[in-house]
Amino acid sequence: MLDATEGYTTADGRKIGGVVMEMKNITLRFGGVTAIQDISFDIREGEIRAIIGPNGAGKSSMLNVISGFYVPQEGEVWFRGARRPQMRPYQVAQQGIARTFQNIALFEGMSVLDNVMTGRLTEMKASIWTQALWKGPAEREEVANREIAEKVIDFLEIQHIRKTPVSRLPYGLKKRVELARALASEPKLLLLDEPMAGMNVEEKEDMSRFILDVNDEFGTTIALIEHDMGVVMDLSDRVVVMDYGKKIGDGSPDEVRNNQAVIDAYLGVAHD
Amino acid sequence: MPDTLIFGMEVFLNGLMAGVLYALVALGFVLIYKASGIFNYSQGVLALFAALTLVGIMDGQVPFSHMINAVFGTDIHHFGWQVPAVFAILLTMVVMVVLAWAVQRLIFRHLIGQEPIILFMATIGLAYFLEGLGDIIWGSDIKKLDVGLPQGINASIDELTYQWFGYGFFIDNLDIWATAIAVILVAVLVAFSQYTKQGRAMRAVADDHQAALSVGISLNFIWIMVWSVAGFVALVAGIMWGTKSGVQFSLSLIALKALPVLMLGGFTSIPGAIVGGLIIGVGEKLFEFLVGPLVGGATENWFAYVLALIFLVFRPQGLFGEKIIERV
Repeated sequence: MLDATEGYTTADGRKIGGVVMEMKNITLRFGGVTAIQDISFDIREGEIRAIIGPNGAGKSSMLNVISGFYVPQEGEVWFRGARRPQMRPYQVAQQGIARTFQNIALFEGMSVLDNVMTGRLTEMKASIWTQALWKGPAEREEVANREIAEKVIDFLEIQHIRKTPVSRLPYGLKKRVELARALASEPKLLLLDEPMAGMNVEEKEDMSRFILDVNDEFGTTIALIEHDMGVVMDLSDRVVVMDYGKKIGDGSPDEVRNNQAVIDAYLGVAHD
Repeated sequence: MPDTLIFGMEVFLNGLMAGVLYALVALGFVLIYKASGIFNYSQGVLALFAALTLVGIMDGQVPFSHMINAVFGTDIHHFGWQVPAVFAILLTMVVMVVLAWAVQRLIFRHLIGQEPIILFMATIGLAYFLEGLGDIIWGSDIKKLDVGLPQGINASIDELTYQWFGYGFFIDNLDIWATAIAVILVAVLVAFSQYTKQGRAMRAVADDHQAALSVGISLNFIWIMVWSVAGFVALVAGIMWGTKSGVQFSLSLIALKALPVLMLGGFTSIPGAIVGGLIIGVGEKLFEFLVGPLVGGATENWFAYVLALIFLVFRPQGLFGEKIIERV
C-alpha cells in the first residue's frame, strides 16, 4: 500500500505523484436503492485512473459524487489534502475539477470557440464595469484567456471548426469539443464520463490518443469511466472495478485483469 | 403626391414608434425565456410595478400609506419632498434588483427542474401578487409620470414635411426619444450578452444547465442577474408607457400585446422581439388606416392577435426563433 504523499513510476516510465483526491467510505443511496456502498479509493497526481464495471455498477454515480452533482449519505471526499465540505457542482468546478458527460452537455447554440471559452469563465475576474470600458484590464484578460483556449483547440485538432455552431457537428467531434472545454479550465482533476461511448473504432482510437496526449503534455490528472474493458486497460495506470455498487477490484490493469471477482462480474458466474 | 400615400407614410412612421414600445416589453420576455426557459407572464406587471415605484419615489409618496392610515387612523400621504428623476430611477433599479433576488430566492429556486407549465403558472401568480403589492404600497390612482422627456409634436419634422409634401407630419417627441433609447438599450444588451463574461455565462445557462454547472457557473446568480436585467427593461418600458398614457393599472395589459410580438419574432430572439414589435406596430396602424374605415374601425384591438394566429399556423417558431427539431 502506497503512502499518500509517495509516488510511483508507471510501466512506461511516467512519474506519478501523491494523492490528489481521496474518496473515503462513500455510500450513496437513492431512496431504498444503494447505488454506491462503502467505496474508498484515491486518485494520484498525473495518473490516468479508470473506474470500470458493468452497466448499472454505479460508475456514473461515483463520478457525480466527485463532481458534486450527487451528495453521498456517508463518507468523506478529500481533495488536495483537505476534507471537502458539501459543495454545489459549480463550486466543485471552481475548485479545479472539470468534467465531461456521457450524453454530451455542450452549449449547442454557441460556436466551438465560445464553448471552449466558457471553460475559462471561472478564471476571468474583470468586473462588469471594467468590461464595459473594454480597453485595459478586461481586454488583456480576454486575450490571455483566449490564448489558452486557442492552445487547447490546436492541441485537440479542432481549429477547422472553431467558428462552427456546435449543434452542426457530428457526435465524435462534439465529444472532442466537450473535452476541449473541460481542458480549457486547466483542471487539477479531469473527469471523463464514458469518453468513448457510442464511437466507432477509429473515433475511439483518436479519443484514446487525445487522452494520453493530454495527460502527457499537460500532466493532467484524469479519472475516467468506461465499460469497454479493452480501451481502459490500454489507457489507464490504475483501475477501480465496481459491480452492484461495491468495489470488487483496485490495482494496475494486469492485476485487475487477473482478479477472479472481476472476471466473474464481466463474464457472469453461476450462483448456487 | 396623392394624399393617401402621404397620410400612409405618417401612419407608417407612427406605427414604427408604437412598435418600439411593444418591442421593449417583448424584450423583457425574451431575456428571461432565453436564460431560464420560463415564460414570464408577469413581465407587464413588472413594468407597471417599476413605473409605480418610480412615481412613488419621485413624488415622495409614503409607501403603504393607505394601510398605515387605516390601521393608525393617521392621514399621511407624502413625505413632502421631491426626488430628482435620475436619482429616483437609480433607486427604482435597486428595488428591481431586490425584487429579482426575492423572486429567485422565494419562488424559482424551489421550482428548479419543474415542468415549464408549472414555472409559467408561478409567473401568473407572481403577476397577480405584484399587481396587488403595487396597489398596497403606492395606491391605485392614475399617476402622472414626468422624468423630463420632451413631449408633443416635433416642430422640425412638422416643418420639413410641410415643405416637402405640403402637409406636416405629427410625430411625437416622446416617440422619437423612446426609439432612440430602445436602440441604445438593445445595443447594450447585445454587447453585454456577446462580449462580457457574464453574458457568456448567461448564454451558457440558457443552453444547458448541467453543462453550465460543470464549468463553474452558479445558476442562481445568473438567474438573479437575468431577472434584474428584465426588471431594468421593464423599468424603461414602464417609463415610456407611463409618460405617454399615465401610470395606471391597465399598463399591465400591455403584456398581452407583447404576446403577438413574440409569436412573430420568436421567443428566443432579441432581434426578433424588435422586428416583431415594429411589424405589429406598423401593421396595426396601417391596417386601421387602410381597412379600418371599410369594416367600421377598431381593428387595432384584434389585428395583432389575428396576425399572431396566422403565424402560429404557418410558422410556429416565429421569424427568428429556433426551429424545434426533435430526433426520433
